[in-house]
Formats: sequence, C-alpha cells, structure tokens
Amino acid sequence: MEPKTKVSAPEGLQEILITRTFNLPVELLYKAHTIPSLIEQWMNNKVLELNNEAFGSYQFENKDEHGNILFLAQGCIHSIVENSQIVRTFQMVNAGFPVQLEFLDFKSTSNNQSKLDIKIIFKSVEDRNNLLKLPFAQGINGAHNRLQKILKPL
Amino acid sequence: MNLRRDIFQAIADPTRRAILLLLATQSLSAGSIAANFETARPTVSKHLQILTSCELLSQRQKGREVYYQLNIEKMKEIEDFIEPFRKIWEERFDKLEQVMKNYQSNNQ
Repeated sequence: MEPKTKVSAPEGLQEILITRTFNLPVELLYKAHTIPSLIEQWMNNKVLELNNEAFGSYQFENKDEHGNILFLAQGCIHSIVENSQIVRTFQMVNAGFPVQLEFLDFKSTSNNQSKLDIKIIFKSVEDRNNLLKLPFAQGINGAHNRLQKILKPL
Repeated sequence: MNLRRDIFQAIADPTRRAILLLLATQSLSAGSIAANFETARPTVSKHLQILTSCELLSQRQKGREVYYQLNIEKMKEIEDFIEPFRKIWEERFDKLEQVMKNYQSNNQ
C-alpha cells in the first residue's frame, strides 16, 4: 500500500516537500491548523500564542511530566488565506537550527477530501539534512531512554 | 537475493542504526564501536558483519585493527534519514484526521 504521507528531499536542494491527502473537507483541515485547541490535540504541543493574521506571531511548547521544556518553537505568519494558504517562518528555540520558511498549501480535492502540501525552505542543504537526521537520532535516544526506564527498578 | 530489502532489514535494528550514527562523522575500529554498547562484543561483530554484507559499511585494515566506515553513497540511496522523519509526520497527520473527524461529528 502506498503511504499516505510522502516526503521528498531532492539531492542538493535546501528544501523538504511533505504531501498528504486527508479524508476531510478542506475547511476542517484548515481549522486543524488555526484553532489552538485543535492544534494541541494532534501536534501534542501547547499553543502559547497564535495570531492568525499577516505579521502575526505564534509560539508552541512541549513539556515533559516534570515541567522541563522539551520543545519550544516560534515564528511569524507572513501571509494567511482562509482554506488556502499559510506562509510562515519557523524556528526551534535553542536547538541550533536557523529559521526556516514554510509554505502550507491547502486544496480541496472533493467534498470530503483535501490535500496539504508543505514546502519547507532551509538556510542551507546542510541545515536541511541535519533536520532530517533529527528523528533518526531521537529514535535511537528514545530506544535508549525506554531501555533505561525498564532497567531502572532492577 | 533482494539486496534492497536486506538494507531495510539491516537498518530496522536499533543497535545497527546506532552504529551507523556513530560512524556518521568518523571511521572507527571494531573495538571502539563495541565500547559504545553494553552488548557482548561478538553481538556487535555480528551487526557489523550484516551492515558490511549489505554494503552500508566498508572495512579497511589499519595495522592490527579493522576500521569501519560509512558507505555514504549507499546511505543516500536508501534515503535512510527520510523514513523516520516521514513516519513522524504520518503519525501526526493520522492523529489530525482522527481529531478532526471527532470535531466534525461533535459539531454537526
């Protein structure tokens, strides 16, 4: 079966393309990206701030059970068109990555289906590749952490 | 034998992925690689053998030690780094779809 979410990172280009078709009308897909209580449910982040307007800012945060910040991201919305497009900057705070530019294009493909195309542009090819490696590295750390948790009571 | 399928089996193992990550920036001897793991050395050797047989690693004799290095071309070929990244988005988007279906039925 073909995967629903496709990711491509063309060789030598400083961009990542993410494409996904949803069994949802485009209005709902757009709402999932603009209503804080909904974003929080699927992104698993707390929305500290989100101003859905041109030159509005946003801030997302994720904490562990002890209140330590695991992830803090922020950016500025450059332009926003309802049910159609969001152009924004994105940067993880204290993660060593430069800011990136994101184009989110929402398209209705039928009454109950929609498509999201995300194009992320990085400062350099190297920055892009480092971001791609992040889940790979975290996957390994995650496995180690789980192992430590299991072994702890022994 | 399907070499491509073997590569994916090779990287499915967390220890082998950790070995590949260790070798991302440097070539290391079998001993130094094994020192990074609590697993028994023969087990690490077995992992190295699997990674070498599907050409993800290449070996070089240096004095008494065998050094291992990452075969960058092969890594590019399998786009190994993209798959974990893609999976994260896939899970996130599956959740989005579920959250919005609930939202839709609650707001009808």
